[in-house]
Amino acid sequence: MTGTLAAVGAGMVVIGASLGISRIGSHAIDAIARQPEASSMIQTAMIISAALIEGVALFAVVVAMIGI
Amino acid sequence: MKNFIQRIIIGICLVFPLKGLNASESEHKAIEDKEFNANEFIFDHIADSHEFHIATLPNDHHITVPLPVILYSKKSGLNIFLSSKLAHGHEYKGFELKDDGEYKGKIIEHTEDEELYVPLDFSITKNVFSMLLTAVLILWLFISLGNTYRKTGISEPRGIQGFIEPLILFVRDDIALMTIGKEKYEKFMPYLLTSFFFIWISNMIGIIPFFPFGANVTGNIAVTMVLAMFTFVITQVSAGKDYWKHIVAMPGVPFWLAPIMIPLEIIGLISKPFALMIRLFANITAGHIIILSIISLIFIFKSIFVAPASIAFVLFMDVIEMLVAVLQAYVFTLLSALFIGLAVKEEH
Amino acid sequence: MDLLTPGIGLIFWSTLIFIFLLIVLRKYAWKPILNAVKSREERIKGALESAEEVREEMARLKTDNELIIKEAKEERNQLLQEGREIKEKIIDVAKGQANDEAKKIIEAARVKIESEKEYAISEVRKQVAILSVEIAEKILKQKLADKRDQKQLIENYLKEIKLN
Repeated sequence: MTGTLAAVGAGMVVIGASLGISRIGSHAIDAIARQPEASSMIQTAMIISAALIEGVALFAVVVAMIGI
Repeated sequence: MKNFIQRIIIGICLVFPLKGLNASESEHKAIEDKEFNANEFIFDHIADSHEFHIATLPNDHHITVPLPVILYSKKSGLNIFLSSKLAHGHEYKGFELKDDGEYKGKIIEHTEDEELYVPLDFSITKNVFSMLLTAVLILWLFISLGNTYRKTGISEPRGIQGFIEPLILFVRDDIALMTIGKEKYEKFMPYLLTSFFFIWISNMIGIIPFFPFGANVTGNIAVTMVLAMFTFVITQVSAGKDYWKHIVAMPGVPFWLAPIMIPLEIIGLISKPFALMIRLFANITAGHIIILSIISLIFIFKSIFVAPASIAFVLFMDVIEMLVAVLQAYVFTLLSALFIGLAVKEEH
Repeated sequence: MDLLTPGIGLIFWSTLIFIFLLIVLRKYAWKPILNAVKSREERIKGALESAEEVREEMARLKTDNELIIKEAKEERNQLLQEGREIKEKIIDVAKGQANDEAKKIIEAARVKIESEKEYAISEVRKQVAILSVEIAEKILKQKLADKRDQKQLIENYLKEIKLN
């Protein structure tokens, strides 16, 4: 039972994280399209913020895994 | 194309334990008893082990490469022997390798008073072996590269130089210079370069599925913890005055908030390397789990017709994992550089 | 869970391996590589800078040359101008001198002519006086044979003198 719950929790975390990362991605592409000359800086900022969201998501996944 | 896929299937069959596929009629019953357990199979491959498992033959015989076991216990001191002495649950000098229960995968020591005792395990395990291999590879590659540079001086890059140099320049320009700044980046270049190439090559070696490779090194929390600790220690050691001032007494915050602010800052301090550790561990482990799960589908469905889809998927995942390998090395190095850069930055 | 508990052995070995890698690579790989890359970049930068310097030098030389040529032209023009002026002045002076000389000569000639003329006139007067005396002598010799005539004449002369 706890395993199933953990899996559901991990799935929910993935939904949240993917929403966040997709927003970052779409806005970053918008920004790059608007200012192609700043693309390298935007990419770095994008990767940093995506990594931070990913970090939160992975915390939750780890918590879910501990529950197994 | 069909030939190609068949060859891949045969290759995979040689690499991974086969149960059910090669089974002849007479053996069928025996295999029915031992249901394929995907969970166990996957976690066995992800976890560290004292031997290097190559394949399981249809007659349940395992082909393994034994690795040295180094144990230190208060009772019997230092013990060094090959892991083959502990195979199949054998006991050696009072040591036993448990393969189930509370101490699964750990070596325990039986003592006269019938108490179980867990000695300190400094064995050259699969992961340590793989790390040594990575270290040798990196040393060979980069020391020979360094010698080439020393010899040819500043002439244009040739051969492997042309491949590695852009990566080094990338680490320098897009990671170190961007986050740490022009004045102080040089001091941290060796650490950033070493961690970038160590993580990248470890990740790549982890993807290769056959013998001396394939260990889940960077997907092991101990390894990522050590890497994150290095970043943490370097950050704290090189931190400037402003960094500590921000932690102890945040400028612009009334002093009576200090009891709340200081613990928060300390949590922030620790959560950064913790996130680094978890990120690398989870990404690489997840990649391995996905690939192994897709492979397991063949054995769960016990059908060769699942294989083409599985293999196509695994191929796809392998390519993604190669991207993830370099991306995670980049992210780890970038975030390390970012934390160091925040610590060394001085207020204008 | 077992997957999330780091083992002491692996921590020990990975720390050891990583420190070893860090120290050895720092000395034998990163240092020569980064130094070579840096010195190459500096060399390229230096070459570009010196090329730029040479270009600027060339441009400077070119403007210098142009300036020199311009100056030379101006100087030539000035020299020509001066030559012309000197020539005109010389001519003027020469003309003046020639004029003066001519005037002097003419003056001398005039003075001489004057003196000659006067001399000639006095000579002529002398001759005329002599002649008129002779003529008068002859006339008198002829006319004054008669006494009345003599008286008449003397009276005429006196009249004339009175009038004068």
